[in-house]
Amino acid sequence: MIKILKYSFFDLIRSRWSYVYLLFYLIIGFALLFLNNNLSKAIITLMNIVVVLVPMIGTIFGVMYYYSSQEFTELLLAQPIKRRTIFLGQYLGIALSLSFSLLVGLGIPFLAYGLMQSGEIWNFGLLLIVGTFLTFIFVALAFAISLRNENKIKGFGYGILLWLFMAVIYDGLFLILLVTFDDYPLDKFTLAASFLNPIDLSRILILLKLDISALLGYTGALFQQYFGTGTGMIMSLSSLAIWTVVPMWMIVRSSGKKDF
Amino acid sequence: MLSIKNLHKKFGKLKVLDGVSFDIPTSGTIAVLGPNGSGKTTIMKCILGMVIPNSGDITLNDMPVLKQWDYRREIGYLPQIAQFPDNLTVQELINMIKDLRSAPANESELIDRFELHPFLSQKLSNLSGGTKQKVNIVLTFMFDCPLYILDEPTAGLDPISMIRLKELIDRKKNEEKTIIVTTHIMSLVEELADEIFFLLDGKIYFRGTVDQLKKETIQEDLEHAIANILTND
Repeated sequence: MIKILKYSFFDLIRSRWSYVYLLFYLIIGFALLFLNNNLSKAIITLMNIVVVLVPMIGTIFGVMYYYSSQEFTELLLAQPIKRRTIFLGQYLGIALSLSFSLLVGLGIPFLAYGLMQSGEIWNFGLLLIVGTFLTFIFVALAFAISLRNENKIKGFGYGILLWLFMAVIYDGLFLILLVTFDDYPLDKFTLAASFLNPIDLSRILILLKLDISALLGYTGALFQQYFGTGTGMIMSLSSLAIWTVVPMWMIVRSSGKKDF
Repeated sequence: MLSIKNLHKKFGKLKVLDGVSFDIPTSGTIAVLGPNGSGKTTIMKCILGMVIPNSGDITLNDMPVLKQWDYRREIGYLPQIAQFPDNLTVQELINMIKDLRSAPANESELIDRFELHPFLSQKLSNLSGGTKQKVNIVLTFMFDCPLYILDEPTAGLDPISMIRLKELIDRKKNEEKTIIVTTHIMSLVEELADEIFFLLDGKIYFRGTVDQLKKETIQEDLEHAIANILTND
């Protein structure tokens, strides 16, 4: 697996898009920090960018890489390598290279600003952890979708649709439901529903850590009320871990059944 | 060596293999023939584990191959359409496959044979179809395997390379290897094949030597013998 991972990782690291992605974070990081001149505010703004953008880039890269490396995959399938090794290796290669861009791209400006001397280091660390989780989750989902769709356009469409649903539509639907069924006790339902969206979970997780109740929103407030900050964070982190493992398992399952 | 029992495969509603069974007890060259879409490639991909059959058994040296992977060490596979990762050079690709397979390889002799030296540092995306096919041949034959599976090995090759490929296959045959080959070039079949498997409607319709096929269809040459099978049906 390490060999496949290595080839996929370096293949991507050498590609132009990785640099564009890295450069984007560098620019955003420097701009936010030196214009805001406030670490805490910069982290909040970045969080809003990261929880939407990272899943999108993960989805697009995941789908694109899967379809463009089909020839390579077929070549590998004829070699004495397990299918699981091939697909998990490629998946980890992409997820790691995207996480690498994120960590380096945001890390450099924050280090340059003097993050180490401030109390915000753990908040920033959490932002990077959440960004990495979201990368792993959405690349895995993109891979699982692509494996089930022979047609490139369809795979791409479903991937983008999933991202759009999680990042935008989910919140809207949620709000409509809450308003419509205003008369009923919806606490438990709301709590359960927030576990079903990794983007929502990430947002709650960071806001719990930053301890800004004004930004928590309904779901976040419920979270804090039910679990308290500490347990709430552990709950949301472990749910993110589940969100990573389940699509990985889907990759293994559908790759085992597929004809090439 | 290789044994296939009652292999069935459907793609959606399309029945491609409908109970294919055969045994290849010893070494030699077997030509798998049949009209387009008769399931030649599907059989080969089943042996390699790239296509998963709906039912049936495949054993290689008395070991079941379905759901296994390590047995692929014993197989050199030349795919039908040579497609490679575009951003690698020929040398990088060869090194990568050697690394992944971690087995001794004699690529330099093959590179000499097919005069690939000038292309080694070129990106695969810049190569012509024929040159890609030569790279494909090098990747297939650089490992010493008891079984070689060649799907349309002559696609895009010029006459000189074709002769060199024939010599190569002949040499492997003399080394007691088993070679399964599909092709539409009948001269290649006549020169190389010890036995023909003719696939039709998802089954093995005929199995025998070139001479037997000619005798059975009362035809002088192989091309007409095959045309005869197809039109009679």
